[in-house]
Amino acid sequence: MAKGKVTFNEDACKGCELCVSVCPVKIIELNKERINGKGYCPAHVIEQEKCIACGSCAIMCPDSVITVERL
Amino acid sequence: MTIVYEKSKGLTDTPFHYCPGCTHGVIHKLVAESLVELGVLEDTIGVAPVGCSVLAYNYFNCDMQEAAHGRAPAVATGIKRVHPDKVVFAYQGDGDLASIGTAEVVHAAHRGEKITTIFVNNAIYGMTGGQMAPTTLVGQKTTTSPMGRDEALSGKPIRMAELLATIDGAKFVERVSVDTPANIRKAKKAIKKAFECQLKGEGFAIVEVLSTCPTNWGLTPVNALEWLRDNMIPYYPLGNFRDFEEGK
Repeated sequence: MAKGKVTFNEDACKGCELCVSVCPVKIIELNKERINGKGYCPAHVIEQEKCIACGSCAIMCPDSVITVERL
Repeated sequence: MTIVYEKSKGLTDTPFHYCPGCTHGVIHKLVAESLVELGVLEDTIGVAPVGCSVLAYNYFNCDMQEAAHGRAPAVATGIKRVHPDKVVFAYQGDGDLASIGTAEVVHAAHRGEKITTIFVNNAIYGMTGGQMAPTTLVGQKTTTSPMGRDEALSGKPIRMAELLATIDGAKFVERVSVDTPANIRKAKKAIKKAFECQLKGEGFAIVEVLSTCPTNWGLTPVNALEWLRDNMIPYYPLGNFRDFEEGK
């Protein structure tokens, strides 16, 4: 299985959770300990090493917050 | 290390004003990515509508023109006829295209104008606060149909893709949805082909994209996608209605 790395531009995130809902390995959640400049809890990755670089989160994100790389 | 996905060069750095989870953002990305992949971004002129996407001219990294409400296909017609070598697209919502602008899009298709139209159908008027649109489903509650749309009073919702597919000048008509990553990939394929239709000089092309309005539907963004799947897709079937390559 391919390994991936996802990077979130957290300041652009609106916390809509669409990325969370489509991640097949369930490694994304909203960071409840942080509030960004827009006033939202941004999405972040909790277990980077489990990422399979499928790109689903980035494809689903309406605000182009996510960059996905295949290692 | 290879990049699997990053923000399209076809979009500017301006953050979208859309509500959290609004799929306008997804559709903007697909249009921008298609223009970049076809290598025509520098030669493209877009026409922005009135509605939630009225500020689309701030987001696409190509020349843009604002049109009066519903008149984007007429404005796009003028631009394309003056600049036949440019790629011209209109980006419209359902209040814009299926209500006040029905005449413009029907006649643009009828004349076989070589433009590409992206039609975003979220079954409601978003910008003005969630009123009933021609595309609102029977029984769907809006601020102007608080008991749900009444078929006896307002009729059934209009199916624009099917309507436009009866017109000979329309050479590419497809309805897609952006509710899952798989459907988003299919939507991009359709949008790309709608631009190819124009590049080949075939005629009018339109892609109807089923979209959500979490704010005015009163749902979370994730639940709004489910509502789209459960309610909109059964009434607005996905698929191709006209394809210049298959001669249908």
